[in-house]
Amino acid sequence: MRDSRTHPYIPNSNPEVKESMLAFIGVDSVEAFYSDIPSDLRLKSPLNLPPAIRSEQELVHHVSRILDKNVPQSRLLSFLGAGTYNHYVPAVVDEVINRSEFLTAYAGDPYEDHGRFQALFEYQSLMAELLNMDVVNVPNYDGLQAAATSLAMAQRITARKKILVVTPINPDKFSKVVNYNAFNLQFEFIETQSQQPDLLAIASALTGEHAAIWLDSPSYHGTLCSNISLVADLAHKNGSLLVVGVDPIAMGVLASPADQGADIIYGDIQSLGIHCWFGGGHGGFIAVHDDPKFVMEMPSRLFGLESTSVEGEYGFGDVAYERTSFALREEGKEWVGTAAALWGIAAGVYLSLMGPLGMVEVGKSIVARTRYAAMKLNSIKGCSIEKWSEQFREFVIDVSDSGETAKELIRRGRNLNAEIGVDISEYQILTCITEMNSESDIDELYRIMSEILEA
Amino acid sequence: MLPVAQKPKLRRFHQARWDEPIIFELSIPGERGVLVPEVEDNILKNVDMDLPKELARANAPKLPEIGQMKVLKHYLRLSQENLGADLNVDIGQGTCTMKYSPKVNDQIIRRPELYDLHPLQDPAKAQGALEIIWRTQGLLAEISGLDAVSLQTSSGSGAIWSNVATIRAYFESIGEKRDEIVTTIFSHPSNAATAKAAGFKVITLFPDENGYPNLEDYMKVVSHRTAALMITNPEDTGIFNPHIKVIVDLFHQFGALASYDQANANGILGITRAKEAGFDLSHFNLHKTFSTPHACGGPGAGASCVTAKLAKFLPKPIVIKTGDKYELDDDRPDSIGKVAPFYGVLPNIVRAYSWIMSLGAEGLREVAEVAVINNNYLLKNMVEIEGASAPYAPGRPRVEQVRYSWDELFKSTGITTEEIGLRALDFGLHYWTSHHPFIVPQPATLEPTESYSREELDEYLDVLRHIAAEAVSNPDIIRSAPHNQTVHQTAHTDFDDPARWAITWRAYLRKYPEVEERMAGIHGH
Repeated sequence: MRDSRTHPYIPNSNPEVKESMLAFIGVDSVEAFYSDIPSDLRLKSPLNLPPAIRSEQELVHHVSRILDKNVPQSRLLSFLGAGTYNHYVPAVVDEVINRSEFLTAYAGDPYEDHGRFQALFEYQSLMAELLNMDVVNVPNYDGLQAAATSLAMAQRITARKKILVVTPINPDKFSKVVNYNAFNLQFEFIETQSQQPDLLAIASALTGEHAAIWLDSPSYHGTLCSNISLVADLAHKNGSLLVVGVDPIAMGVLASPADQGADIIYGDIQSLGIHCWFGGGHGGFIAVHDDPKFVMEMPSRLFGLESTSVEGEYGFGDVAYERTSFALREEGKEWVGTAAALWGIAAGVYLSLMGPLGMVEVGKSIVARTRYAAMKLNSIKGCSIEKWSEQFREFVIDVSDSGETAKELIRRGRNLNAEIGVDISEYQILTCITEMNSESDIDELYRIMSEILEA
Repeated sequence: MLPVAQKPKLRRFHQARWDEPIIFELSIPGERGVLVPEVEDNILKNVDMDLPKELARANAPKLPEIGQMKVLKHYLRLSQENLGADLNVDIGQGTCTMKYSPKVNDQIIRRPELYDLHPLQDPAKAQGALEIIWRTQGLLAEISGLDAVSLQTSSGSGAIWSNVATIRAYFESIGEKRDEIVTTIFSHPSNAATAKAAGFKVITLFPDENGYPNLEDYMKVVSHRTAALMITNPEDTGIFNPHIKVIVDLFHQFGALASYDQANANGILGITRAKEAGFDLSHFNLHKTFSTPHACGGPGAGASCVTAKLAKFLPKPIVIKTGDKYELDDDRPDSIGKVAPFYGVLPNIVRAYSWIMSLGAEGLREVAEVAVINNNYLLKNMVEIEGASAPYAPGRPRVEQVRYSWDELFKSTGITTEEIGLRALDFGLHYWTSHHPFIVPQPATLEPTESYSREELDEYLDVLRHIAAEAVSNPDIIRSAPHNQTVHQTAHTDFDDPARWAITWRAYLRKYPEVEERMAGIHGH
């Protein structure tokens, strides 16, 4: 039987109110407002959807029973990374971003949403300190988009169309970047030498057609790049740019590529106080020097500081708005719209809480744990870690000597309630260690790897 | 002394004003906001934790040092200085469908079985997440009438991009080179902008007196170079183009595709669909029609919906059901690949699923009908305000929103639509003009959705009536607004000057060294 009670989300669905509003407007029925929709476009029967669950109590029950089927990482032994990372989220971060005022704000101007403008200006500023770069955007969608747009910017700035890729790149990211830039960019690859960009090969490959050299540090394999300055010199002598992807969680201990000649730095902010969300918690950043040649090519909004009519009062607004698709439609730079602002606020709160010492401590903790895990696992027969370059958070385990495939070992690990890593080729496992993995977790990983390799 | 007098008709609002410093100014050396676990002794016996010199950062980043409660307080104060949909009668942001985001859906998602899932963990241990994605794909397929759905993108424009990339892949697959996209000026600017970013030439059509381009205009521009029509309907005027099927058929006759921007489908849920008008692709914003919160500008969630013919091009993976198991289908060789990480913004997909389930088919139709009644109620009232009008198609109804014009008011008083918006803030109400360029002079776009009661709509109308009267009687109070907001009128001298703009605190200190000197004086202790 149809439930005719007024729906709690639709106050004017109360029949008496509806009638009185229709009478006020002077029509008999809501059909009058649909008179422009031709009858052959009208649905003749109701949508074929499951029955409604109208009471909140039953709705909670229904959705919760489905979600109960998930097992969170906190109940697994998890060493998964490859794009989404298990870092600690301080309580204050969630407290702030779950505030109604932030959660349900949207497109208000800098007066009614002064707080949103200030929080995002502060996010830009905190990221800028981390990266030693003067300009950071309001977050775009994610690190994939940030990579794609950084390279598109390089194309526009140099009016060249080739990109030289010199470190391993996450294949999902590369898929996005190639599809995004299908009509304006071509990609060429230089294999690394001892896990580092191959300077000789880069020097001989570079031509006047190269818009940029692109490297990630840490790379897809977790390797830190120790010769960025030299790569930057090669790029700049060729009139090309250097575009570098980083993970900001490393920046408390890692020298900024900005100080080593990078022209554009990009990445993802998920590691800064945003939960994993099954891969649904990402935001992208792009940082450049305060040079209008670069700034004017950025598609995202940039919130800037201003004075107001009252002394000592901060006002905010959009910097160089006339670059954007909001102002110019297709004549703007790519496009701008709803992206990942709330995650930007989360990252800002995270960096405010962590402070300089927290970022140094978490960086060192990850460096130490990564080294410890690699050392332990490398001692297992059948388990060999890439020739020791400096790794951050992730490393590749080569299991080819064991005779077992990566997939099979991961399956065995799962039988022991462990996620030992991600298979990135038939015999390679990408394993991720964060500050969330204690010594005993890592020792347990060692024990499980030993066990499944003997099985 | 009791009783308390009757309240005045207009709310005596004042926004929070904390006069809050920039976070860097709160720093006191030595304070800590949160501690990180110390590295265990046994780990340090085996390895050290410093990077080699060529990689190591020389000095710690210059982040502020602030105790936890002060960080909390700072951001809570900033949160209070926002006029979110939960606080205002948020009908002034037309095109964006600022409806109620039910709190129960925010609560449902706040559990480790959702936020602590890794996208690459054993799918057998993520069946609940996959099931919700699969169910939501199915619900949106039915609501659009199209055959296949991807929920990978995190926004509406992302979903439009996914559709543009699909259009491009389709023509590549059949070996046709087509380089033009046709859109209309009252379709969202992201249709034009994403098409350009994908390498297409954009042709934009303008309306006639009915509010939409006439058929002859379409016939003049469509050709065998046309890849697709990308259009919103009802357009941002709220006027439904009754010739839409004829237009879509016209594009099909030339071998082109038709893509429907349904970011905002709020007025036509269960009334008409992309399928009935013959569209090949459409997209929804889960943060508009399907209620997920707008989150200061994201994350949202986008749904790309396509016909069976185009399904193989959708981003990968798609969630499929095999027997009673939910799986990720990654084996899709014709796919455009990744458009965004993994499988989409799961918290918003769950929220949207929950919202749809709370309504069902009849409830969705009720949403549409009440949104449309509310809109026409506003329309009837608005056009009676001196100085306001609803351009195009006089006397015709509108669907879910209306683009109004204050041109008459402007001509008689000099008060602009932007100034009206700033004055509306003094009463705790958000107001928006329109996308650029302003085709309708002195525009305002109101979209009441289904969420607000008649009394709330009346409150909004009362404020606009009041401001329209002030424009005649006391224009200076409008020109000097806002008066009751967090901050006062902001200068606009430095936003467009590269030598003077300040996009970050460090750039501000570098460009204005006197600020740091002043701070050093204050913090001389």
